[in-house]
Amino acid sequence: MSQRKLERLMNLLIMLLTTRRPLTVEEIRELHPAYDQGDAESFRRMFERDKDELRDLGVPLETAYLDAWETEQGYIVRRADYELPAIALEPDEAAAVALAARLWQSAGLAEASRTALLKLQAAGVDAQALEITGVEPRVEATDQSFEPFLAASRARQPVAFGYRVGGAGEPARRTVEPWGLVHRRGRWYLVGHDRDRGATRVFRLSRVVGDVQSVDAAGAFTPPADLDLAAQVVELETQAGDREAVLRLRAGTCWEIRRTAVGCSAEDGWDVCQVPLGDVDRLADTLVGHGPDVVVVEPADLRAAVVVRLQAAVATAVSA
Amino acid sequence: MTAATPRLARLLALVPYLVARPGVPVSEVTEVFGITEDELRKDLDLLFVCGLPGYSPGDLIDVSFTGDRITVSNAEAIARPLRLTPEEAVALVVAARSLAAVPGLAERGSLDRALVKLQAACAPVVAEAVETVTVDVEPAGETLALLEGALKQGRRVRLTYHSAARDEVTERAVDPMRLVMVDGWWYLEAWCRRVDDVRLFRLDRVVAAEVLDDPAEVPAEAVPRDLDEGVFRPSVDHELVVLEVGSGARWVADYYPCERVEEVAEPAGGLRLALRVADPAWVVRLVLRLGAQATLVEPERLAVEVRDQAQRALSPYAAND
Repeated sequence: MSQRKLERLMNLLIMLLTTRRPLTVEEIRELHPAYDQGDAESFRRMFERDKDELRDLGVPLETAYLDAWETEQGYIVRRADYELPAIALEPDEAAAVALAARLWQSAGLAEASRTALLKLQAAGVDAQALEITGVEPRVEATDQSFEPFLAASRARQPVAFGYRVGGAGEPARRTVEPWGLVHRRGRWYLVGHDRDRGATRVFRLSRVVGDVQSVDAAGAFTPPADLDLAAQVVELETQAGDREAVLRLRAGTCWEIRRTAVGCSAEDGWDVCQVPLGDVDRLADTLVGHGPDVVVVEPADLRAAVVVRLQAAVATAVSA
Repeated sequence: MTAATPRLARLLALVPYLVARPGVPVSEVTEVFGITEDELRKDLDLLFVCGLPGYSPGDLIDVSFTGDRITVSNAEAIARPLRLTPEEAVALVVAARSLAAVPGLAERGSLDRALVKLQAACAPVVAEAVETVTVDVEPAGETLALLEGALKQGRRVRLTYHSAARDEVTERAVDPMRLVMVDGWWYLEAWCRRVDDVRLFRLDRVVAAEVLDDPAEVPAEAVPRDLDEGVFRPSVDHELVVLEVGSGARWVADYYPCERVEEVAEPAGGLRLALRVADPAWVVRLVLRLGAQATLVEPERLAVEVRDQAQRALSPYAAND
């Protein structure tokens, strides 16, 4: 942006922040030296663009009537809406916020964190307190669909996108009311109401193919009041273990499984452990990874699931 | 948003920053705002011509230099920063909230208190936007608290650690360098005295940890790992393994850094992947776990290992059934 344009926007903002009553376009043109030149039409266009730019920045530029008879409109920025309220962070709180602000590693949110921190510092939060400790949380948001989904969730605007399930050839088109995004174990998920299926669905962002399109007006839906986004994703991943499996684990192996065990007893080089059993296939996948270090004692369906997997591995392991 | 807007946004933070700190050194301002001295001068030049309608000298913002110190005054209208935008609030509040939910993190209490203040400072419409993003962080409880303590006191730690790739538990003395959270998991990065190298330890695999009386001695050659590509660090020294996975195991390509990913005609939706593997035991485990969804193509030695392990694992069932 040219110095000239910046100057114009700054002076417009200051004018609208300091006026006691809304100013009409004519008044603004008269008061503001940069609007003085050119014809009325080009002034109008310039003023419209300037207004948009201020609003893009988050300036609450209000259109208001000048009087109770609502005959004439003007513009004003109310200080109370514009200013960041006083925020007095103690040094430890400021340090903690700085730590949190470093969470985001990718473009959009990382930049937003940076500018947010600058505003806090501009509001008087002590820069020295923002020194970083040796703790570094980081979350990536590199999926292309992240920003459009975030914007649509905020605007409550339904979206359509291509989605690849498994590997079944062409991606299917899904139409969704986006409620929000969840990051869990390195992956981003969109939670929302799937309009075609008439039910709540969770989508993995890495499976979204192509562009995200808006398909309806902003504010077209309201997310459920008691929504717990993370719970929707966790539910997808874990099912409560309502049964128990009995496993033989070779001593000194299978630590990952042992952590979940509710009971263990040693028996000539093996440990017999009871572990909670929820989804049979999920547990079978884990057990098979441990090869000959684990044997399923019961139940029968888990035994069968493990045997099927091992037989498949034997059959496909060595090609030719 | 036009390319111009970021500079205006900066000015609206710069003015209150300067107003609140009369006589602030130029170097502090350029560092905090991440700009050059020249860029700062241009911003200040602009302020001279901004002010209240009338634009007489008394109406304009006043900028004065004393040596390399700056003082800005007569900027009452924009002496406070603009409110947080929805995006800024999401970035800050969601991050703070996610970490405040991590048991064991020493900063939790401070974060909780800061969150209350931050949320109070957000407009209602912004507060609503914050509800659209959640980051679920794996709990690391007591281990995290203990290691953060050791890190801050600069003490050596004895770790009993379960290596998932080798499925073995080992004990080692480590000198903590930093605690990082990547992909929702917490890791300790430390100089490992057992291998004399930098290692990452995932906190949920720490079986036991004890803070020792010895001070941590991180050698000068210990370089923190660049985590931009994730915690798996493929290296050309590692063995190249080729896998074919079915449509149900395409996630492998998302999850691990692959050198090559190619679609295959048969089975439909399948992929052929080439990845560098530091530990062969790990990839054998992965292929076993994937069952019929994966075939290890190269090297043949590992394919044979997969088959042998599967056969040995099957034998107890054949004997009993």
